Amino acid sequence: MRRIPTIVFIALALAVAVGLATAVSPFASPDPDGLAKVAGEKGFLDSGELHAIQDDSPIPGYAFPGIDDERVATGVAGFVGTLGIFAIGVGIAWGLRRTRGTPAGTASA
Amino acid sequence: MHIPDGFLDGSVAAVTAVPAVAAVGYGVRRAGKTLDDRKVPLLGVTAAFIFAVQMLNFPVAGGTSGHLLGGALAAILLGPWLACIVMAVVISGQAFVFADGGVTALGANIFNMGVVGALGIGLAMIAARYLLPRSRTAFLSVAAVGAWASVMLGALLCSVELGISGTVPFATVLPAMLGVHALIGVGEAIITVAAVAAVLATRPDLIDGAGFGPLDEPRTMPAAGVAS
Repeated sequence: MRRIPTIVFIALALAVAVGLATAVSPFASPDPDGLAKVAGEKGFLDSGELHAIQDDSPIPGYAFPGIDDERVATGVAGFVGTLGIFAIGVGIAWGLRRTRGTPAGTASA
Repeated sequence: MHIPDGFLDGSVAAVTAVPAVAAVGYGVRRAGKTLDDRKVPLLGVTAAFIFAVQMLNFPVAGGTSGHLLGGALAAILLGPWLACIVMAVVISGQAFVFADGGVTALGANIFNMGVVGALGIGLAMIAARYLLPRSRTAFLSVAAVGAWASVMLGALLCSVELGISGTVPFATVLPAMLGVHALIGVGEAIITVAAVAAVLATRPDLIDGAGFGPLDEPRTMPAAGVAS
């Protein structure tokens, strides 16, 4: 069995991720998650607060600003967020990657 | 399970950040030795996938939802230490761009939802390497149980941090957290196994295995299909 090339694999996986975040996330459960639910039941939900930095969050609460339709706003946030995280992840990995011939840590060939 | 600011006492947040920073820092050091060019896009797409699937809250009992954490999945795909970097990228992005999870609680969130699952599955896979047969069934079984356990461990640590912070009595929050996350963990196990099985079916050579060892059949096939 021939294997799909790496670049095709990456493209497919990214397409699945972007597709899920864009088209499925708007229909995800709106209920509070485990911790939020417990916080509500046990009476400490109100102690949660946003950090001052988060007042200026670009996409607060996974809703892309300026879009009235909640589901569209969530889908666009998922699309932008997934591609953004991919770009940041690749960028960081590129910066940290093994570079041949560096003086540090060249113990093994 | 994203802890917002205000839930944790400042000192608890600071102390919890120590193992998070240590694990991510060690991951960064290891990356200089183990992260080759081929893994660069893999790290990015793993982070993107975990971010995307974390948005897919699924319903569990009683008006509660859960979502993937992803630490175990990232560790199986990339190894425990690179997984710590992936989880730090995802959880930091969620905090700073989406206002999901606190800023002072960032270390705690990376620890609870990322580092613990990643390193925990690493230990489980190393044990499985010696105790279980070298089969895909054994591998996926450990992935399932490990994914579930990673959620329970995260819920336990979250409860401990809340209890020490004086936000809620530990004895009150622990059973509630473990009860609901026992269900959420089933979702974590299903998603983790499905994702790992999909990669196993297409490119098993890309799976690190987190200590289980290579699952790729020892076939000597030249990597002819690698596109530019």
